[in-house]
Amino acid sequence: MRRSPLAILAFVLAAAALVLPTGADGPSPVFFATPAILFAAAAVALFVGASTTSLLTLLVLVHIAAYGLIALLGSFTVAGPGIGYWCMVVSAWLLAWLAVQRLAALRLASADAQRLVNLALPVLFGAWLLILWEIVVRGFGVPTILLPPPSMIAARIAGSVPTLWADFQQTFLKAAIAGYVIGCGSGFLAAIIVDRVPFLRRGLLPIGNLVAALPVVGIAPIMVMWFGSYWQSKAAVVVIMTFFPMLVNTVAGLAASGAMERDLMRTYGSSYGQTLLKLRLPAAMPFIFNALKINSTLALIGAIVAEFFGSPIVGMGFRISAEVGRMNVDMVWAEIFVAALAGSLSYGLISLVERGVTFWHPSYRS
Amino acid sequence: MTVVALRSKAKTMSDAAPVNVIDVHDLSLVFETNDGPVNALSNINLAVSGGEFVSFIGPSGCGKTTLLRVIADLEQPTSGTITVNGMSPSEARQKRAYGYVFQAAALYPWRTIGGNISLPLEVMGIGREERKQRVAKNLELVNLSGFEKKFPWQLSGGMQQRASIARALSFDPDLLLMDEPFGALDEIVRDHLNEELLKLWAKTQKTVIFVTHSIPEAVFLSTKIVVMSPRPGRIHEIIDCNLGAERTLDIRESPEFLQIAHRVREGLRHGHSYDGTHL
Repeated sequence: MRRSPLAILAFVLAAAALVLPTGADGPSPVFFATPAILFAAAAVALFVGASTTSLLTLLVLVHIAAYGLIALLGSFTVAGPGIGYWCMVVSAWLLAWLAVQRLAALRLASADAQRLVNLALPVLFGAWLLILWEIVVRGFGVPTILLPPPSMIAARIAGSVPTLWADFQQTFLKAAIAGYVIGCGSGFLAAIIVDRVPFLRRGLLPIGNLVAALPVVGIAPIMVMWFGSYWQSKAAVVVIMTFFPMLVNTVAGLAASGAMERDLMRTYGSSYGQTLLKLRLPAAMPFIFNALKINSTLALIGAIVAEFFGSPIVGMGFRISAEVGRMNVDMVWAEIFVAALAGSLSYGLISLVERGVTFWHPSYRS
Repeated sequence: MTVVALRSKAKTMSDAAPVNVIDVHDLSLVFETNDGPVNALSNINLAVSGGEFVSFIGPSGCGKTTLLRVIADLEQPTSGTITVNGMSPSEARQKRAYGYVFQAAALYPWRTIGGNISLPLEVMGIGREERKQRVAKNLELVNLSGFEKKFPWQLSGGMQQRASIARALSFDPDLLLMDEPFGALDEIVRDHLNEELLKLWAKTQKTVIFVTHSIPEAVFLSTKIVVMSPRPGRIHEIIDCNLGAERTLDIRESPEFLQIAHRVREGLRHGHSYDGTHL
């Protein structure tokens, strides 16, 4: 069996960590157990042949070691962690890398198990990002105002659920969703009208283009003046931001059906409405979903940024601008986390619906 | 009682039913392009009576597809008159007088095969129960029973084209317009579908107008072959071709078949050289 250079390096580092000083203050169970477990993990990676069992053992051991490494962070003297500690960190990271690599290469017979593995990959990837973030930030003593460790952000999220929920309600459930629905809906209707009335295509589309080019930071204060500082003004900003992508995509989509398909409807003596419903709109669906996906991220950005220009004392954008001013960076990160979560979940939801509706499109056919 | 189909250049022999399904008089069509006007069709005269199987054959640019599209009201003639079932093509189209089969199957990918065949029926406002019956009946007619729930992209090209024929027949038009329907298929599938089309024609007694650029296909299928030539697109000659009702692919070896094929080929060649003298 060819030994992976990753495994060799990880083993050497884990062995070195057994003798080098870690800089931890005083003996404790973690102090002794972490290097030992890491060494065991490295030994498994290097000497035991690749199999599902050895891979699982490696995964379990390396994560116990990671837990130990994080636990050790609290036990250092003022000098900070020593060379032995960083040897362990690099070794654990290499082992995790190796484990993910082997996991990705795994081909399982059971479809369910394979799906589980496919799900585990990004989860492991994300987990190690957080683990290394935590270790590097706390190990090197990075000021929390520059970058707080994930544990601090998590604690802030756990401690501020009511505030975060109120902000989420205000910015996402009210402003972003209302603006998204109105913006996408009116963009869609405008596209149908533009498509039906040819001169509008030449007259309205360039103006729509102009509106799309308007900067959100310029529009937002004007909308606040027009619609007040409550969520309606933020929804208005979102409407302006989402209208044009939907308009352009739907117009393009309505032109997407082939000449032959349209001639076919003509031979049936089909009316404009029938052709629209039975041919042109179904053919436009991939384009429309494209706009829905683009707009789902635009809507959240628009709603958050618009709150910087006047809002009641609630909302994600308001909270971010207020807490930055008070140096509460962990709260800013908590809001960023909520926004990222909400954004990816809504994007994922739309993608899921898209798969169901445009199953026939060559990119989805199975 | 004879109605002569040809009134100008071409010679013909044809006997027709009392009312012609299609009557074309001195029809011309000029396309305005950036390179100046193009005479797509010039002085076309043609009569097709009920139950005939007429093929338009000729090189590309001879206007055979354009003529079919004029009959279907998908193109407007510049001058001359045309009637379909005694009506203008536009009225005939609104009355759903014909089913049209395109070069490609043009099945809608978001609909199942059954859904595609029921599409014209939905447009025409036919009820769910009857739609179901007609879909089943027409799938059987083209030997596609059991594929109702499949999606078009799950079928071979030949099967897709059969489904598109079933779709054109679903509302039971008396006239079937086919624009090189088997042009994109390989020869083995094509032979097979030609045989099936012939059986279908015998069974349904429809009038078929069939555009092709294959001489054997035209001779095998038709009762009448319209030989066309390009620049300007016009009818060069109309050849009667009746090899009897019971035709199999073997007939293509027979002297009668070869003789007609020879005439068609001569006609096509003459049409071209005629064209050459004018260049």
